[in-house]
Amino acid sequence: MELQELLSKALAGETLAIARLISLVERRDPTAHEVMKHIYPHVGNAYYVGITGPPGAGKSTLVDRLTRTFCAEGFSVGIVAIDPSSPFSGGALLGDRIRMNVKKKPGWDIFFRSMSAGKTVGGLAETTREATRILDACGKQIIIIETVGVGQSELDIVSATDTVLVVLVPESGDSVQIMKAGLMEIADVFAVNKSDRSGADSMAESIANMLERRTTFRKSEWTPSVFMTAAMRNWGIEELYRGILSHREFLLKEDRLKKRRKTQIRAELLRLIEKELTRITWEHMSRNNNLDQLVEQIWARKKDPESAAREIAVQVERQLDLSQS
Amino acid sequence: MTRPIKVVMAKLGLDIHWRGVYLVSQFLRDAGMDVVYIGNKFPEQIVEAVMQEDADVVGMSTLGGNHHSLGLKTVRLLKEGGLDNVKVFMGGVIPPKHVPALLEGGVNRVFLPDTPMQTIIDVVNGSVSV
Repeated sequence: MELQELLSKALAGETLAIARLISLVERRDPTAHEVMKHIYPHVGNAYYVGITGPPGAGKSTLVDRLTRTFCAEGFSVGIVAIDPSSPFSGGALLGDRIRMNVKKKPGWDIFFRSMSAGKTVGGLAETTREATRILDACGKQIIIIETVGVGQSELDIVSATDTVLVVLVPESGDSVQIMKAGLMEIADVFAVNKSDRSGADSMAESIANMLERRTTFRKSEWTPSVFMTAAMRNWGIEELYRGILSHREFLLKEDRLKKRRKTQIRAELLRLIEKELTRITWEHMSRNNNLDQLVEQIWARKKDPESAAREIAVQVERQLDLSQS
Repeated sequence: MTRPIKVVMAKLGLDIHWRGVYLVSQFLRDAGMDVVYIGNKFPEQIVEAVMQEDADVVGMSTLGGNHHSLGLKTVRLLKEGGLDNVKVFMGGVIPPKHVPALLEGGVNRVFLPDTPMQTIIDVVNGSVSV
């Protein structure tokens, strides 16, 4: 299929075309940049929900249950679920889709895509943002990103979504674990899943106590809500769904959503500039091939590492100046 | 840059046997592929998964005798959905005399219980031009 045809079919909502577009971007096909250029003007109509938490907390099952609710309320849903890649083989076992057991009713529109995380460490795959933007542009109204099972510090989901749901279980730790920085700070909504197990009440209480103690939240005026769920039993799904929507309503007031998204755009832009500069630097390095030479000089104590690095930076800078004029 | 070969692995229909499909899935993972394991699924759901995931390969495990009915239905639905490019493999306990009919019906290869794992990996690797 020609790219133009693929784009127009995808924008019209055709599943196969959408899937192929995502693959082009995923593969860093030469046309990927072109794809995103065409997609971008259509982006911005969807609401982005991030779901994160430790492995086995029930994220995928919650995605399944929330998707049913979103669909029943008339929304179309696009989901990207990420699982880890092996640092040894590069392969991955993508096992989120197996939890999707929605019995589709007429008119329900769901697109689910699994992605392997590759070499990234932030909980998302390198092209997750692009994939969700394609889904957004192609008419999905709710975008759900499910991260890999995270620990305490894989927090990229914050920069890719509007509402972050952190899923924990009764066994996620004691009240000191809950006080730790990182994951516990990025939640807009908490779910204590598997709450049919013992310890769920005290887990929810620990979270609530932690939230009360926090001063940083007062400035942002939103106190995350805590919900008890048991996704397998369909407990608490409606409440959780309404919790996500009330955070959305909060963001829609006083331009908060706009601010949040602009902050994300700024961070992304900086990240991409950094990436471009790294690429330019590497191109320069490989052309001049003086890395080995520098290593020798540093080894012989003729140069310190920082000076050597600056030397390269100055060379790159000069080259940029030259290409300007 | 490319992405790893993407394989959708399913247990066909209501087939309860899991050991074989787990084993193959894990070996393909260790061979560097992205394996989307979708568990028990019927042809319509398998095709939906293959389409949305834009998979290169679909593997169906069957030990329950539905290889002809559901297996070939999956192949037919893949073709109808414009997914002719997807390679289709089946494995499990399938009477050898049924294999020709499956191949005739569009299955690319059938792996019977005595197939060495390396053969499966090689065939899957060789079936996809990356």
